[in-house]
Amino acid sequence: MAVAGLLIALGLITPYTNSFLILLITRALVLAILAMSLDLLLGFTGLASLGQAAYLGVGAYLTAILATKYQFGLGWSFWLVIVFAILIGAATAAVFGLFAMRASGVYFLMITLALGQCVWGLAYRWNSLTGGDNGINLPRRPAFGIQLADDVTYFYVVFGFFVLSLLLLYILVESPFGRSLVGIREREVRMRILGYNTWLHKYVAFVIAGGFGGLAGVLWAHANGQVSPEDVVLTTSVDALLMVVLGGPGTLVGGAIGAGIVVFMREYLSTLVPWWQYALGGLYVLTILYLPGGVLGIPERFRQSGALFINRRIKR
Amino acid sequence: MDTRFWLIQAFNGVSYGALLFLVGSGLSLIFGVMRIVNLAHGSYFLLGSYVALSVIWTTGSWLLAIPIAGVAVALLGLVMERIFLRPLGFDPLRQVLLTVGFALLFQQAALDIWGGDSLDIIPPAALRQSVVIGGLYLPLYRVFMIGIAATIGLILWLGIEKTRMGAAVRATVDDAEMARGVGIDTSRISMFIFALGALLAGLGGVIGGAFLGVYPGLDFQILPVAFAVVIIGGMGSLGGAAIGALIVGLADNFGKALFPEVSYFTLYAPMVLLLAVKPTGLFGRE
Repeated sequence: MAVAGLLIALGLITPYTNSFLILLITRALVLAILAMSLDLLLGFTGLASLGQAAYLGVGAYLTAILATKYQFGLGWSFWLVIVFAILIGAATAAVFGLFAMRASGVYFLMITLALGQCVWGLAYRWNSLTGGDNGINLPRRPAFGIQLADDVTYFYVVFGFFVLSLLLLYILVESPFGRSLVGIREREVRMRILGYNTWLHKYVAFVIAGGFGGLAGVLWAHANGQVSPEDVVLTTSVDALLMVVLGGPGTLVGGAIGAGIVVFMREYLSTLVPWWQYALGGLYVLTILYLPGGVLGIPERFRQSGALFINRRIKR
Repeated sequence: MDTRFWLIQAFNGVSYGALLFLVGSGLSLIFGVMRIVNLAHGSYFLLGSYVALSVIWTTGSWLLAIPIAGVAVALLGLVMERIFLRPLGFDPLRQVLLTVGFALLFQQAALDIWGGDSLDIIPPAALRQSVVIGGLYLPLYRVFMIGIAATIGLILWLGIEKTRMGAAVRATVDDAEMARGVGIDTSRISMFIFALGALLAGLGGVIGGAFLGVYPGLDFQILPVAFAVVIIGGMGSLGGAAIGALIVGLADNFGKALFPEVSYFTLYAPMVLLLAVKPTGLFGRE
């Protein structure tokens, strides 16, 4: 309920803020989709992926290449591009997953990092396709009856995709499939003994996360008007991880809140004060040390310490 | 593409590998003992370069910069391990995430102290010449890099294979719980190894600064390469780190020279394949 209220408020208030903020919130919502896709892996399945930017990257580069080389995706075909990007994100994850699923724990983290670096290496060096270091500038945002070039309209499109992603992912994690993912996170061996094909469960979650990453890629490309290797660089994947951990893993909404915090600090606070990265890094370190449940874990934390306090008084 | 091309590229690859060994061996040792991947390792490398620059600016001595930068970064690692990583106990995922936070903090600190310009460490004139061997001009600095990496590698090997402390480190790498059981203070071993790893990365930064330049963002550029070294060689294995560094150094050089469009892909794709087939690397143990 609180989430729905916040979403409605966000949808209503944003258009009345200034143009800079509208763009900022749009970008935060795109990254929120990416963070939620990572949360499906990190928070629900217990797989810390350090290569989530790869799927955003393939989605974004697909959008840019189709738009510049084939003038495709600038009208109604925008919706086809969305479908293609989800498919290519999922397909990339399907290939990557075959390798990544062989590892677990810290090894999984490293193999996803290596996979992400493969995508970055191609984006950075394959000049004829990706434009290399300079990236690709998109001609314009799509128009089909409505003009996505208008920032407010584009905000609503992204907002719609965000709400849809949140709903779909929520249904997913509440489904029996999602519950078994949590089971795998908690104790994989037991799930295997119970007869679950844990490999397949993790693999499917990985592919779904890739699909959502691809979706985020299209929206990201059009939000910025360009794609570059910067979008797939290791730090983008690190950012996604940061968002999930800050907001609270295993909550979906936490990833979105984390995305809001990171984007706000990185792009808004940085214009006001020079020490913004200390604030971000410090906040992050403190979260890991004292708030394993992230921002969304704060109420629970208070409840616990409250209970502890009462217990102590009873004992006296 | 005559023999000269191959020889020069091989020499360049080996000397780059020498630098990578310094970064990779520390990362590998830290993983072996603590089971964490230190994502701030690239920051140690960069901070090593920056501290060396400051020492050179104030004293003018490049030779003095090497130990001071190494020790400064080692102290930083020591403090980070004691105050922040140790209290998390033995929870590798949270420790890894914590190192990311520190990488961000170090990034900002480096930017504040040393600015955003691209800088250069200039080695003494004696090392800026070339030697001619068999008609090939080899920059002396690259020869020096190979020499110093070989020396450090030898010292590390002797320390780990022949000393009592080294035996305790090996025991911790093999089975930390059992090592604790027989009375080895694994917490102290962790502290020592983390500081040693930071020291090696810092040294790598000083030596690599003359070679790669010193600029913001270098930290997250060197990190994945160091990972490649460790992954190929196998976590926690010193010999593996040496072989891994050689392979990555050569693959990087030949990749860039022969297939420029897919050069990074040729570096990371084999790493993925290797990880999938043998997650412990070529020389790592279960």
